Amino acid sequence: MSAETSTYGHAHDHDDHDHKPKGFLDRWLFTTNHKDIGTLYLVFALVMFFIGGSMAMVIRAELFQPGLQLVHPEFFNQMTTMHALVMIFGAVMPAWVGLANWMIPMMIGAPDMALPRMNNWSFWIMPFAFAILLSTLFMSSGGPAGGWTLYPPLSLQGGNSTAFVIFAIHLMGFSSIMGAINVIATILNMRAPGMNLLNMPIFVWTWLITAFLLILVMPVLAGAVTMLLTDKFFGTSFFNAAGGGDPVMFQHIFWFFGHPEVYILILPAFGVVSEIIPTFSRKPLFGYSAMVYATASIAFLSFIVWAHHMFTVGMPLGAELFFMYSTMLIAVPTGVKIFNWVSTMWKGAMTFETPMLFAISFVILFTIGGFSGLMLAIVPADYQYHDTYFVVAHFHYVLVTGAVFALMAATYYWLPKWSGNMYSERWGKIHFWNTMISANVLFFPQHFLGLAGMPRRIPDYNIAFTGFNQISSIGGFWFGLSQLIFVGVIIHCVYRSKQKATSQVWEGAKGLEWTLPSPAPHHTFQTPPTIDYTKLAHGVH
Amino acid sequence: MLEGVLMSMEIRGSMRLIAGLGFASFSAMLTAAEKAVPWQLNMTTGATKIAGEVHDLHMLMFYICCAIGVAVFGAMFWSMFRHRKSRGVTPAQFSHSTTAEVIWTVVPIAILVAMAIPATKTLINMSDSSGTTMTVKITGYQWKWRYDYVEEKVGFVSSLDAKSNEIRRPFSGKDPNAHENYLLDVDKELVLPINTKIRLLITADDVIHSWWVPALGWKRDAIPGFVNEAWTMIDTPGIYRGQCAELCGKDHGFMPIVVRAVNKEDYSTWLADQRGTDTDLRYVQQGKTPAVALTAP
Repeated sequence: MSAETSTYGHAHDHDDHDHKPKGFLDRWLFTTNHKDIGTLYLVFALVMFFIGGSMAMVIRAELFQPGLQLVHPEFFNQMTTMHALVMIFGAVMPAWVGLANWMIPMMIGAPDMALPRMNNWSFWIMPFAFAILLSTLFMSSGGPAGGWTLYPPLSLQGGNSTAFVIFAIHLMGFSSIMGAINVIATILNMRAPGMNLLNMPIFVWTWLITAFLLILVMPVLAGAVTMLLTDKFFGTSFFNAAGGGDPVMFQHIFWFFGHPEVYILILPAFGVVSEIIPTFSRKPLFGYSAMVYATASIAFLSFIVWAHHMFTVGMPLGAELFFMYSTMLIAVPTGVKIFNWVSTMWKGAMTFETPMLFAISFVILFTIGGFSGLMLAIVPADYQYHDTYFVVAHFHYVLVTGAVFALMAATYYWLPKWSGNMYSERWGKIHFWNTMISANVLFFPQHFLGLAGMPRRIPDYNIAFTGFNQISSIGGFWFGLSQLIFVGVIIHCVYRSKQKATSQVWEGAKGLEWTLPSPAPHHTFQTPPTIDYTKLAHGVH
Repeated sequence: MLEGVLMSMEIRGSMRLIAGLGFASFSAMLTAAEKAVPWQLNMTTGATKIAGEVHDLHMLMFYICCAIGVAVFGAMFWSMFRHRKSRGVTPAQFSHSTTAEVIWTVVPIAILVAMAIPATKTLINMSDSSGTTMTVKITGYQWKWRYDYVEEKVGFVSSLDAKSNEIRRPFSGKDPNAHENYLLDVDKELVLPINTKIRLLITADDVIHSWWVPALGWKRDAIPGFVNEAWTMIDTPGIYRGQCAELCGKDHGFMPIVVRAVNKEDYSTWLADQRGTDTDLRYVQQGKTPAVALTAP
């Protein structure tokens, strides 16, 4: 394959690897460059994070006190639904794709992704998809209000805006599937000679596995929402018992997508943490092959646990037992990863720059989310936890203090490579501490609320639940405000920072990306590098 | 008055919090599980044997997770304290240990098996609905519940009580703190006899709802077109409050459940008073039973 050439009325100079397209549209709308596409995804994800975050602020503001002071219940339900759709499909998933785009080619010594033009389309679908999704909030029938899980019959009670939501989801699915194909093709075909599957960076491994999950499950979601579409508009009865269908079948189909989906949200995070902790411990990742096998096991097991989201629907005893056991089992490879990270830290020589702070707090707080997950796996106990704030606490621990913290860690870690400048370590730490503490103030009390009996997706509650709701809301506002620091740090780093970054950036960093200049030139590894095995994080075993 | 109490709770937050936590956890253990108390931290042992078993399972899981957490986080904090560059240490370079991987795969599996055994036992127990002596059919509607004592030809609708309904209107400006059972009270309670194994048939008329009374120890989804079966045997007389637990539209948060458990004589008296008072006994009067798939235990 050939590297991208730009033709702008003059001959392309092969030595000028930093040559970027000149016009704005040429640079951004027509880009086929993995670095620029990575930047587009990351900026898009950050904007969506704030949009989804504003919806969370509306939710927490209404829940600050019992009584309905701010919004109607119908709008509240739109906020909870859209908050999740935006965060999952608009913030976290695109952010991981952005990181994949930026880092995978550089990490494996490839000049770009395997399919650069498809890569462009994968990104540009997203702003359109989200314009469509968000526009439903302004339609007369309002936005979707049946939860991001879209259970029928409730989700079919929405108005015509339902069609737009389904269309937007289809568009996002196309984007994800095309992106995943690109990732797999790149990793399997474009590694530099000498970079084999068992010495490539662990982040690349986690993305390889994630890409397979995406290809396998996004079509399932497409099927599920298409059946919703035909039930609503074309007279089918897939989910309507009166017509011979089954509302619970939707749940099976949705969660068959939905459970691997949450692993799609977290596996790249595992990869990022596995890159960062060795760097700042100045010690190799403990158990590289075990980490690969554990990630693969988690991905495999993720296909046989889906009904743990449905323990209360009335499944037969045998099914409930099977899913309880399989769900408990998935704790084992996850635990292996935790132990391996701790062993990486152990007897290292650690320093605690901002990426390391986020990575370490990921390990601790994601583990807490894992504990509540293990408790949820126990069916009789789940009968009390299901659809309460205990579940809300669990998934926010694994998604916010898990996935989002890993995304922040990755941003701090690689921003010097992308921009050529060091970010302000002082403000990075201020962002970290505010974010970490406020996230716990926000989500920890929700465990208590769930155990005390507060259901989820309610805009109002009995006065007994006031105390912890107030604490949670205060944490929420604090968390939201703290993210402005993050934006400030990024903008300052890219545009104002006077502190130049070296190629190496971090003393303990290993891997091909750290052999490149900072900022990485627009085109890198136009010819495959000669692999120096001492420079890889995982040497030849 | 409650408003003043709550305001002072905010002002002297941390003292109140500590006192409140202590009081709440203590009182939650003592009182039956009518409804949540302020600052409640944990689920209660409830009013049935099953709820007690579930509580005990929950606590077992919690203690095991705490123990693992202390070990793992302890190791991490120790390491962060000792193995830092600023202490001048040289990093070790070990990178793998098959023995360690085997140990920390096998030991967690053993712990999981230990957890799974009591969980399986309780679940089998909960699934065994044989030997019930009465049946109540519960139907979820948008946004109320209907209870039918199918053998007794008694049935009625149970909706959010009028006082809550007034307060909860958006922007009503009315103070929920003036109503202790705000959003947890109904106009007509589900009355059940204690010490009786009762079969509950749960369904819905429109969208999926979920019937949940924490004191009974379980919840079950109410799905239109299907009938789910559950059973309960309440040990202690009292009032037990719950809520709908599946998003069902705009008033999902406003369709509570109240169970009044009474001794058998009081139940008979109550039942006699109910006969013929509800004119809308669709299924029972017409001699129809719901023609749906019963979920097998």
